[in-house]
Amino acid sequence: MKHKTFLWFILPSALAMLLFIAMPIVSVLLQSVFAPHEQVIREVENCDVFGCKKSTIVDVEATAALREAAPMGRFVGTAIYTDRNHLALSEIGTIWSSATGAADFFKQVLNLPFYGALTFTLTYTALVTPLAILLGFSIALAVNAIPRFLRGPAIFFSLLPMIVTPLVGALILFWMVDARGILGVAIQSLVGDPDLSVKASTPMMWSMLIVYGVWSTAPFAFVVYYAGLQTVPQDTLESAMIDGATRWQRLRFVIIPHLLPLTTFLLLIKIMDNFRVFEPIVSFNAGAHAQSLSYFIYADLSATNRLLSSAAATSVLTILGVVVLLSPVIVHTWKSFGRTAS
Amino acid sequence: MTANVADRRSLPLQAVLVGFLIVWIIVAAFPFLWTLWGSFKVEGDFFSKADWTNALTGPMTRTETGGAFTGRGYQGAWVTNEFWRAGLNTLIVVVSVVTISLTFGTLGGYALARSGYRYVFWVLIVALVFRAMPHVTLVSGYLLPFFQWNLWGHLPTAIIVLVAINQPFTLWMLTSFFQNIPKDLDESAMVDGCSRFQAFRLVIIPVMWPGVITTGLFSFLLAYNDFAVTAMLLNQENQTMVPKIASFLGTTQTKGNVMFAVSAVVSATAPLFLLVMFFQRQIVSGLTAGAVKG
Repeated sequence: MKHKTFLWFILPSALAMLLFIAMPIVSVLLQSVFAPHEQVIREVENCDVFGCKKSTIVDVEATAALREAAPMGRFVGTAIYTDRNHLALSEIGTIWSSATGAADFFKQVLNLPFYGALTFTLTYTALVTPLAILLGFSIALAVNAIPRFLRGPAIFFSLLPMIVTPLVGALILFWMVDARGILGVAIQSLVGDPDLSVKASTPMMWSMLIVYGVWSTAPFAFVVYYAGLQTVPQDTLESAMIDGATRWQRLRFVIIPHLLPLTTFLLLIKIMDNFRVFEPIVSFNAGAHAQSLSYFIYADLSATNRLLSSAAATSVLTILGVVVLLSPVIVHTWKSFGRTAS
Repeated sequence: MTANVADRRSLPLQAVLVGFLIVWIIVAAFPFLWTLWGSFKVEGDFFSKADWTNALTGPMTRTETGGAFTGRGYQGAWVTNEFWRAGLNTLIVVVSVVTISLTFGTLGGYALARSGYRYVFWVLIVALVFRAMPHVTLVSGYLLPFFQWNLWGHLPTAIIVLVAINQPFTLWMLTSFFQNIPKDLDESAMVDGCSRFQAFRLVIIPVMWPGVITTGLFSFLLAYNDFAVTAMLLNQENQTMVPKIASFLGTTQTKGNVMFAVSAVVSATAPLFLLVMFFQRQIVSGLTAGAVKG
């Protein structure tokens, strides 16, 4: 295809991505090094019969003029990145010198909002991704074992947790584990503590979020593996049987290697998706116990005074995280592309 | 197939697999059925600490409303709190997003599939990185410019943003789909004197619908399920269903509001049920399309 024709065909799509994905990234970069203008304070002297008093008032006009002249705010460099709500360098320094041991150090660092959010996001990604893939694989094996006419309905029900709106799906689970909901009451009677509430305990909130994550992402892994199982070469399986391979050996040495490329694909997609975990925290109203990077940004943005600069700095750090997570994939793709091209 | 030697399983193994599957299906489907059933009860029954069977039989519902089922939650959500307006907004957003992103995506995907140059790789890699961007990070980039240019709060703004966010995925799906349509088809049309665009319009468009429908389903899901963009970029009266449900939660303190949210949740899930019912095959093939290639 000629370069010019290619350009015309790709133009609408490229323009949309440029304006609304690439530009916002530039925009957050800029916003993250500017802080909002401080209000202009003027000192006025009020004199009356008792003498003169000095007081300060906010000069509304001057503040507005300043905002008009430089709408981005004032340039602060990396100050926002290093403040307490982000990388918190000076706080870490203090903790480093005052902490009694490694455990104490990490405990204190995790109390800093950014590191807390980063830890939850990474924990969530690291746990949900493999668990969901394993569960999905088991479901695929099980569905493959039932008669053909039952597979349609089985797939239908299995798809539901994935297809449902994340905010809505998480809400449905949240209502069930509510202290008065069916699962919540069941847990209370199992543990024997009638006052137990998932909402009040950080470990339980984390586990609930992870359970939701596995519940909602396992179907995707299931569908991919189920499709993969249909393409396992039957000849290889049969010759493995003739050679005396047990069922487990056939699974281990024929089926799993055959499905390995699918696993790489699933890992890539699921790590990307889990890293931006967000809606369940809104649904579970879990902000006090668990914050993800996305939720951290959302909380800044929906605060009454819209902390745009703070949100922008977290966004930049999150984007860096995404790039780091994706870099092995990009390098790999680049290498394989280079091989086919040369 | 089941007659195949390699597929024969011992009875205990079969039993374990079937048992596991039954447990999974209950885990996957029960929450939906439970919430659907409970949405026709009053709050005291749906959230019953005393006895969980209350949610099934509904004694409180009987005393409060006189019947075993009540539509109060639905009435409160749809009529009193004007959930219909949110539904209408969702309809507008979803239809526009699907139409526009498929138009952009088919043109772009076709170009990517037919051009053999190296920059195709880069376009696709950049699209992959864009696909991985958490949507909230983008939203925090929109707010300031949108406030300044008075774009904030309107439906078209949210629509074009969702179209853009949708593009990376759409491009990947449609590129791999167009690669499976034989090149000879449009090239022979061009030998016969068609321009590239005529070849696309007359030869490719008639055969592309299966791939476009599959991709469209996923565009639909993205637009319908989105919370980050619609919650942050739309004002109160332009809210779509998902942020509206979230705003019900903010006011859960008043009794009865929870049931509004429950009813709204059931209402918002119903279209997705129908979607899976009618398009199960396309959804499954769409989910696996990327995997088989990659």
